[in-house]
Amino acid sequence: MKHTLIALVEDKPGVLNRVASLFRRRAFNIESLTVGRTHEPEVSRMTILVDTELTAPHLVEANLSKLVNVIDVHDVTQTPTVMRDLALVKVRADAGTLAEINQLADIFRAKIVDVASDSVILEVTGDEDKITGLIDLLRPRGIIEMVRTGQVAMVRGVNESGTNKRMNGNGNGHGNHHQ
Amino acid sequence: MAIRTGAQIIWECLMRENVSTVFGYPGGTILPAYDAMLDYPIHHVLTRHEQGATHAADGYARASGQVGVAIATSGPGATNMVTGIATAMLDSSPIVCITGQVGTAVLGTDAFQEVDITGVTLPITKHNYLVMRVEELAATMREAFHVAREGRPGPVLVDIPKDVQNAKCEFAYPDAPIAFPRRRIPAQVPDDELERAAEMLNQAERPVILAGRGVLLSGAAQQLREFAEKTQIPVVLTLLGLGVFPRQHPLCLGMAGMHGEAYANRAVQNADVLIAFGMRFDDRVTGNLKTFAKTAKKIHVEIDRSEIAKNVHVDLPLLGDARAVLEQLIPRVETKPREAWHDQIAEWRSETQARDVLRQEETEGLAPAHVIHDLWQATEGKAVVVSDVGQNQMWEAQYYRHDEPRTLITSGGLGTMGFGLPAAIGAKFARPDAEVWVVAGDGGFQMTQAELATIVQERIKINIAIINNGFLGMVRQWQQMFYERRYAATPISSPDFVKLADAHGISALRVRRREQVIPAVRSARANPGPVLIDFRVQQEDCVYPMVPAGADLREMIRRPMEMEMAK
Ligand SMILES: Cc1ncc(C[n+]2csc(CCOP(=O)(O)OP(=O)(O)O)c2C)c(N)n1
Repeated sequence: MKHTLIALVEDKPGVLNRVASLFRRRAFNIESLTVGRTHEPEVSRMTILVDTELTAPHLVEANLSKLVNVIDVHDVTQTPTVMRDLALVKVRADAGTLAEINQLADIFRAKIVDVASDSVILEVTGDEDKITGLIDLLRPRGIIEMVRTGQVAMVRGVNESGTNKRMNGNGNGHGNHHQ
Repeated sequence: MAIRTGAQIIWECLMRENVSTVFGYPGGTILPAYDAMLDYPIHHVLTRHEQGATHAADGYARASGQVGVAIATSGPGATNMVTGIATAMLDSSPIVCITGQVGTAVLGTDAFQEVDITGVTLPITKHNYLVMRVEELAATMREAFHVAREGRPGPVLVDIPKDVQNAKCEFAYPDAPIAFPRRRIPAQVPDDELERAAEMLNQAERPVILAGRGVLLSGAAQQLREFAEKTQIPVVLTLLGLGVFPRQHPLCLGMAGMHGEAYANRAVQNADVLIAFGMRFDDRVTGNLKTFAKTAKKIHVEIDRSEIAKNVHVDLPLLGDARAVLEQLIPRVETKPREAWHDQIAEWRSETQARDVLRQEETEGLAPAHVIHDLWQATEGKAVVVSDVGQNQMWEAQYYRHDEPRTLITSGGLGTMGFGLPAAIGAKFARPDAEVWVVAGDGGFQMTQAELATIVQERIKINIAIINNGFLGMVRQWQQMFYERRYAATPISSPDFVKLADAHGISALRVRRREQVIPAVRSARANPGPVLIDFRVQQEDCVYPMVPAGADLREMIRRPMEMEMAK
């Protein structure tokens, strides 16, 4: 099974390095990790897919929470979530096969974003299954190169304690244990 | 607001964190900070190696509960700190390490003495900082101290390029650590969880408390005692937990684990409920995880969520500070006599005592256990003992009965040889009135013996007991037990420690016989200056009992009985 974690992190140099170093040091098996900006200038967001056969997701979450630059972590596996992955796929194509590829692209709502004399580049967005489905069909036609961004996730609806709101230390017990 | 240089800001911040003593070693990139130091009333202890400075800061932190501070230059100075930082990390010791760095203009060019020390120490610090602008320095220092001591403490490193030390800005010390909103340690454990814990404990017939360093860190020794006395539950300690519960208390079973008391391990393995406070089920405590306390329902009181269900399955985790949880738990638990359980443990205990080397008046050569026992007696159990690593450390843990928190300082998690002497220097600065003893092997002592000169330069009184067996004893023991006595690279020669001490102007004695032990300890105590005692002990004694690595805690190799030995 796969677990999806969303981590809000400070947008500072070296933060990705800290997260990657943690995963390596703890021998966590991470299926994919994406990082990008958010609507808040100082906050980046990571979507992390954990293979639970090899790694306990609660330990990933707990260890991430310990990093000073990590603002908040949520395991959204049990929450209704929109998941998206983007792939660029370059396949062999000539006058004879172009129509067929076009058709496939239509079915998967993929776009042909570049055409060369011997190949085309397809852009497809969707969940994991959809993209894998298209790739499986393209493979026999000769994939020349391919890149996937890895999955990004967003929880549906406005959730108070959730990923759309930065935790700001209000009443979360911070500082209560000092002596 | 006053204009200050970065170098001055470092000291201004240390003053505001109530730092009175720092341990360090100067060099090129930290020169501005050292120059500014002369204008501040903070005492600097020049150690003989940066590893010594970090261990001293660590020893200071462990003895006092305050953050220890170590300073070094860039490059080799900073990399020499690595072992000390890792040692502090593994034992959750709050230290702040300040390193000089090459100028920001040449960062990343392999400039002279440039090492990416924040990169190097990333996995062994709780957090680290590279300060690129002097305007950020005060806030960074403030945050560094906060991170070092909050929640589960740990080492923090602040790397400061030389030009940042020279640059000037307005200095203001932030009241609160800024931009640090994210620690989620609940002050209150939910009521239903506390009720469940109380119910499990109230119904238990063979409960055991397992207490670790977290109890000390949260200042919960008193609460633990109250809890144990009210519930009449026996207490087993980890190595780093020694001292959080009085060793001589009738409910205390001493240390568990690889070299734990046989009866303590039996109690753990036969428990029906195990409540662990501030410990992390390290493999040296649990032995084989699959068979560890199999019959026990486990309650784990822990401040660090990432330690819960890491090694062992826990039936009821209570996330929180040990003291807070204990305070909430005490009114909910019942008093029970638990006679049958105590009788059972007493039986195991008397079996153990029959084997105890302390029963053997005469041994062939001086027995290390006798040395430690007599040291305990002659110091009235009141010393702060800083042990090194190896057999000496285990004998100390077994035979010096620590009744008070912070009276044993030792490298548990990393097991760093050479920790003892420099850490003792830090401990002495933290507690100048305490009687501080180093207990070290001849191997580990040689690793950092250069710090003898530090003691002399600082005119501090520390006593040193070298348990000199002519071997890297603990490794030799493993070779004896698991490698057919093939002693590869474990025989070790030493300088004449008495002469070595003498060369430093330190008094020294050599002891070869049991009856000399107490008089030697007494004379060391009476001496106003530092004293080193070279205890020449049996060469091939072993630490018993021993649970081989990864074995079931019941599979203990025991000390041969006298008649077995006679054959
Ligand atoms: C820095 C370091 N290197 C190696 C070891 C491995 N090691 C653990 S115990 C030990 C032997 C220690 O010998 P000694 O200091 O003479 O003490 P003894 O065991 O004889 O009391 C060694 C080499 C270690 N723990 N730390």
